[in-house]
Formats: sequence, structure tokens, C-alpha cells
Amino acid sequence: MYNGSKIIVGLIVFAGIVTFPFIYNLGKVNAKPEPKIDTPVIQQLKEKNCIESKEFMKANHMQLLNKWRDMVVRNGKRVYVNSKGEKYEISLQNTCLKCHSNKKEFCDECHNYMSVKTHCWNCHLESKG
Amino acid sequence: MFEKALSGDRRYWGWIFFLLLIMGTGFIFYIKQLNYGLGITGMSRDISWGLYIAQFTFLVGVAASAVMLVIPYYLHDYKKFGKIIIFGEFLAISAVIMCLMFVFVDMGQPMRAMNMILYPTPNSIMFWDMVVLNGYLLLNLIIGWTTLSAERNELPPPKWVKPLIYISIPWAISIHTVTAFLYAGLPGRHLWLTAIMAPRFLASAFASGPALLIILCLTVKRISSFDPGKEAIQTLGKIVTYAVIINLFFFVLELFTAFYSKIPGHMHPFQYLFFGIEGHGKLIPWMWTAFILSIMAIILLINPNMRENENILIVSAVLVFISTWIDKGMGLVIGGFIPNPFEEIIEYSPTVPEVLITLGVWATGLLIITVLYKIAVSIKEKTV
Amino acid sequence: MSYESKANRRQFLKILGFSTLSGLGSIPAIWALTPQFAIRNLQSEKRWAMVVDMKKFRTEEDYKKCIDACHTIHNVPDFGNPKDEVKWIWKMPYRNTFPEQEDEYISDGVKQMPFMVLCNHCKNPPCVRVCPTKATFKRIDGIVQMDYHRCIGCRFCMAACPYGSRSFNFREPRPFIKEKNPEYPTRTRGVVEKCNFCEERLSKGLSPACVEACKDNKALIFGDLNDPDSEVRKVLESNYTIRRKPELGTQPGVYYIV
Repeated sequence: MYNGSKIIVGLIVFAGIVTFPFIYNLGKVNAKPEPKIDTPVIQQLKEKNCIESKEFMKANHMQLLNKWRDMVVRNGKRVYVNSKGEKYEISLQNTCLKCHSNKKEFCDECHNYMSVKTHCWNCHLESKG
Repeated sequence: MFEKALSGDRRYWGWIFFLLLIMGTGFIFYIKQLNYGLGITGMSRDISWGLYIAQFTFLVGVAASAVMLVIPYYLHDYKKFGKIIIFGEFLAISAVIMCLMFVFVDMGQPMRAMNMILYPTPNSIMFWDMVVLNGYLLLNLIIGWTTLSAERNELPPPKWVKPLIYISIPWAISIHTVTAFLYAGLPGRHLWLTAIMAPRFLASAFASGPALLIILCLTVKRISSFDPGKEAIQTLGKIVTYAVIINLFFFVLELFTAFYSKIPGHMHPFQYLFFGIEGHGKLIPWMWTAFILSIMAIILLINPNMRENENILIVSAVLVFISTWIDKGMGLVIGGFIPNPFEEIIEYSPTVPEVLITLGVWATGLLIITVLYKIAVSIKEKTV
Repeated sequence: MSYESKANRRQFLKILGFSTLSGLGSIPAIWALTPQFAIRNLQSEKRWAMVVDMKKFRTEEDYKKCIDACHTIHNVPDFGNPKDEVKWIWKMPYRNTFPEQEDEYISDGVKQMPFMVLCNHCKNPPCVRVCPTKATFKRIDGIVQMDYHRCIGCRFCMAACPYGSRSFNFREPRPFIKEKNPEYPTRTRGVVEKCNFCEERLSKGLSPACVEACKDNKALIFGDLNDPDSEVRKVLESNYTIRRKPELGTQPGVYYIV
């Protein structure tokens, strides 16, 4: 190979740089995220249901929030009818966060684990306490 | 062909390194701007566009000026421009990239830039500006690269380039007309609400662009063995002469409308720019400098004996470039915001971070010109 | 490398570049063709408007309570300097609010009289026309609304507004909000904001905060212009009113009884 020694050395260095994050974290155990839903408001609910099922929310909460954003901001429509026919006011701060008032133990648990940066909180206020 | 830009003497690499240094500084301050917000600049609630958009406006004109080479060469077979046409196209590429960079650093939420593409809004002139600028960049990249490669292989360029070149002519006019439309359609800004905003922009563009091209070509002639040709430079000089005179004429037309009609809203921006209002007059020295340099340039250019002297010509080109830069950048963009909609005078001066970021973008543009011109010159030196 | 393999490599790169561009360029096309979530607009054909009765604004307190009501419930920051200032409603002297009414024979008292100024929610808004992302748009009930999620901070709307109604977040606003209202979001740096006619209150049947704050003396009257029985219509019929810069054709929704 022309310039073979340089190429092979370069490839080894490159492989080293690319795999460094994985090698560095070898052996370190990352705890599974456990979002907590034991806020005061939730504990007082008779039926501990979110506006949609847990499976739906796990998979689709961002799609739902985007849909809500367009419904409220762009169309002024503030009432959401869920799959069971129940009506809720569309508001991240006033509906979702009323029950899930513990962002650090709830939202951040999974987002930090997955290294997903949520930009919601740049504008939307987290509830106090 | 990029390998041609990787071989050069110490002067070349010294220049590249110097540009990279300025680019690096600009980049660091841009990160600071991202963290702090645009408040790090001198812009305020009343002067919501400042140095960045002023540079953008000026550079769109420089980019459009490539058409001043394309029209004579391709439409009218003016063979004398044959050697330097690539330099015009490469200048256009660099200028458009600088324009896009200036818009980018001016945005409050640059990470959302894709919103302009995801939510196209045809009634917004800014949307069209994005379309035409990117289209022009693409056109010049394709045309420039293809024609240069063909020249390198000592072949005529492929046939499909011709229609693209013809398209680039009205397209070049459109980029500057659309940019003028950004300003000319706003009902609340009296300095900008004029039908001759687009013609003024074009006149100033055809003065500043070819002037820069003269400077660049004469520099190339000095530092390499490539000669752009005396006649080509002279024709460029004639184009600059006419354009500078027309630019000044248009300016006088604006003054007439404002000061003969005596409508306060029309007069106030000019009064602020040249005489100051209520003691505020930060831009006065700038505007008068631009005006005087412009007159000096005309005097130097209008006499053919002086124009034919390339040393005097390069001086007048520099004068033209500086005076159009002041007039279009600071005079027009910042002057449009003063007085504000409440007829208050709030002034603007750029801050140090703002200037450093601006210099960083300019350095990027100069780097692109350097690299592209090096490639073009290397190829032309061999094939001449 | 032979000339042939060079040509193949270049062809490959060209095809790669072209397909990447087409792929990216097809995003808006696909988006436009995808059926959008069918959102029926529930706003009826109202036209919200406001009448400012300047005769009722006498003391400093009259202005302050309207401004404070608005700025507190909407988490409007107070940067403390005019450069970064963000304001949704504020006061301006007569000669600045109506600069085209320049006249040396108007009394100094009138010239200095502070007028409440805010976004006029024009019928024909230049800011909406120029926004490249439709981040500012006109609702069917007449409110010129901001979508802070979509704004890219280009500030074209600020240049277009003939009334100077819009503010930009040049800095992070949160440290400068005295008391945050937990029921309303803040904004973040890099977006433009302005009065929204309290659309979040209107949706609950309440009147805007500034109107509510001075409801004792009815200094601000708010209502639906399309409803001939509304208070605004009645006030407009019985009083002579002026609007800011009417010659521009923007058809502002804020009227002033001088």
C-alpha cells in the first residue's frame, strides 16, 4: 500500500477517537430511568389516569404536545377531547404540570438518560416544588 | 481542482493563516452571542437591524455584479472579458456565502432556520430572498466550476452550461431587486418607501462589485503571472464610472423628492444622516465621508487619462468601494430606523463583539475568494 | 487512478449530491401533501378592538395599573435599560403617538399628554405580510398572534411595523421577571413578542388584563367590532375617535378618544 504505514496508523488513531466514548464508559452502569408519579396532586386523584394511557403517552407525548401547540396557538382551540371522550384544557403548564409537578423526577429522568434536550422549559415554566 | 489551493508560497499561507485567525476570533464571539443573545450587539428595540444586515445588503450587491461581466461576454460576445469572467463568478459565490452567513449570525433563533423551508410563505419577501440567494449560489457554483474544469482540460464547456448562464443574468438582477423589496415594501419606514430603492440598489451594486473586481484582478496581476488584460480592466473601470454617477444621481433624486415636497417624514432621515437632529448625529462624519469619497472617485474616474493609469484606477476603485459600503450599509439600513416610528431619535453603534463577528464573516469570504482565485489563477497560468 | 475511475467517482459524487438535495427539497412538498390534522377553527368572525378613552387617564396611577396588569400576568421582563427593553403596552406623549399631527399651536399640555400605546392588531398588518415563517399571523377573530415556537428571530416584523409595537428578546428574559405568573409561559431570547389582546383570557370569556385593571373608570373599552350591540361600537358611534397613522391603510384596531 502506498504510504501504508501512515494510513494504518491514521486508521488506528481514528478508530480510537471514534470509540473513545464507549471505551470510557465501559463497566459503568447507567441506572434505568424511573420516572416518579407520586406528586401531591396525583396522590389525591381517585383514579390515577393521565389524559391518555401510559403506553400512548410514552410513545406519543411529543406528537400530542405538538398537536396541542398548533391547536392552541394557531387555532385558538383550547379543549382537548381524549380517546375516552373526556375534555381537558390544553395547557402544558396548567394541565400536564398540575399533576406532574415534579419535572426533575419525572420528565428529566428519561430525557437525561436518553440525552434528549428538551427546549420546552426555555419558555414554559416548571411548577414550583 | 482543489489541490491547486493547497500549494502556495509563504506569503499565501501567511495570508490564509491570518484569515483563519480572524475567522476563529469571530467564531468564538459568535458562541458568546449565542449564549448571551443578540443583546451583545449594539442593536436595540428601535434599531432592530444593524451591522450584520447592513453587510448583507451591501454584499448582495457585490454578488449581483458578476452579471456585469456575464452580459457583455455571453450575450454580446465581448471576448475581452473571457479571461476574468471566472473571477466575477467566484466573487459572486464568495459574496453570496457571506450574505447567507450574515443573515445567519443576525438571527435570534438560528437553530430554527429550517422553519423558513418547512413553512414556506410566498407572501414574505424574505422567503423569496432565501430562494433567490441560494439559487444564485448554486448557479454560480455549477457554472464556475464547470467552465473552469473545461478550461483546465482545454475543452469547450459542455452545452448545458449555456442555458444556466443565460438564466443567471436575470437571476442576478433578481437577487438585488428582491433584497431591495425587503425594504421598499414597508409602509412605516420613510427612507425606504420609495420606488427607486431597487434601481438605487442596482446602481450601487454595479459600482461596488466591479470596483472590487478591479482591485482583486489588479492584485492577482501583481502577485501571480496571470494578466487579466488591460482592456478588460478598462471596461470594468468604465462600468464603475457610469454606475457611480448614476448612483449619485439617484441619491440626488431622493433628496429632491424629500426636500421639495417638504414632507417631514421624508426629510427627517436625510436630516439625521447629514446634519443630525436634536444633537444626535453619530452618522454625520460617515455620510459626508461617503459623499466626498464618491465625488473624488468620480473626478478620478471620469478623466480617461487618469482612468487608464492603473495605479489611479485602483485608488478610485477603493474610494468607490468604501463610499458605497458606507452609503448602502450604514446610511441606508441604519438610517431607515431613525427616526423611529414615534419620531424619536435613538442612535446605534456596533459593539466590539459585533464588529469581531462581522470581521470573522468577512475573513471567511476572503478565504473563499483566496482559495477559488488560487485555483482559477493556477489553471489559467498553465493554459495561457 | 485512471481517468475513467476518476470520472466514475465524480459521477457518483454528483449523483449523491443531487439526491441529497432532492431529498431535502422534498420535505416541504411531502409536508404540504400530508393531510394536516383537520383543525376546525372555532373562532367566530369577530373583530376584537379597543377604544382608549384618553379623557379617563388622569394620574400616573391610571397608566401604571394597566401596564402592570399586562406585564405581570404575561411575564414580561424588565431589563432596566431602553436598549433591551421589552414592552407590550406603555405610554407615549401625544406628539410621538401622532407625529403626523405636528402643529405648533397645540397646547403643550396636549403635546406632552401620555397616550397608551400597544399593538394595534391591524386588519391589514404589514408584520404578518413579511413574516417568513408565519410565526406572526392573523387569526380569524382579528388578533395578530405570535407563535413563539416558530419565530426565528429575523426581526423583519419589527422593521415592518409602522407603530413600533414589537419588542425583541435581546437577552435571556427570565432573570429579569420579578414575579413569574405560573399560569403563563415566558419567552426565550431570540424571539419577538408583543401584545396579544390577552387571547388566553378571551378564550375564557374574560376581558384583557389592561381593560380589567381600569374597569372602574372604563378608560379602556374592549369588544367585538362586528357586533353592532357591543360596547365598542356604541362608544365609536357616540365619540369622535382617531387612530394612529391611518394613511398607511393598516386599519388599526385601537381607537383613541382624545
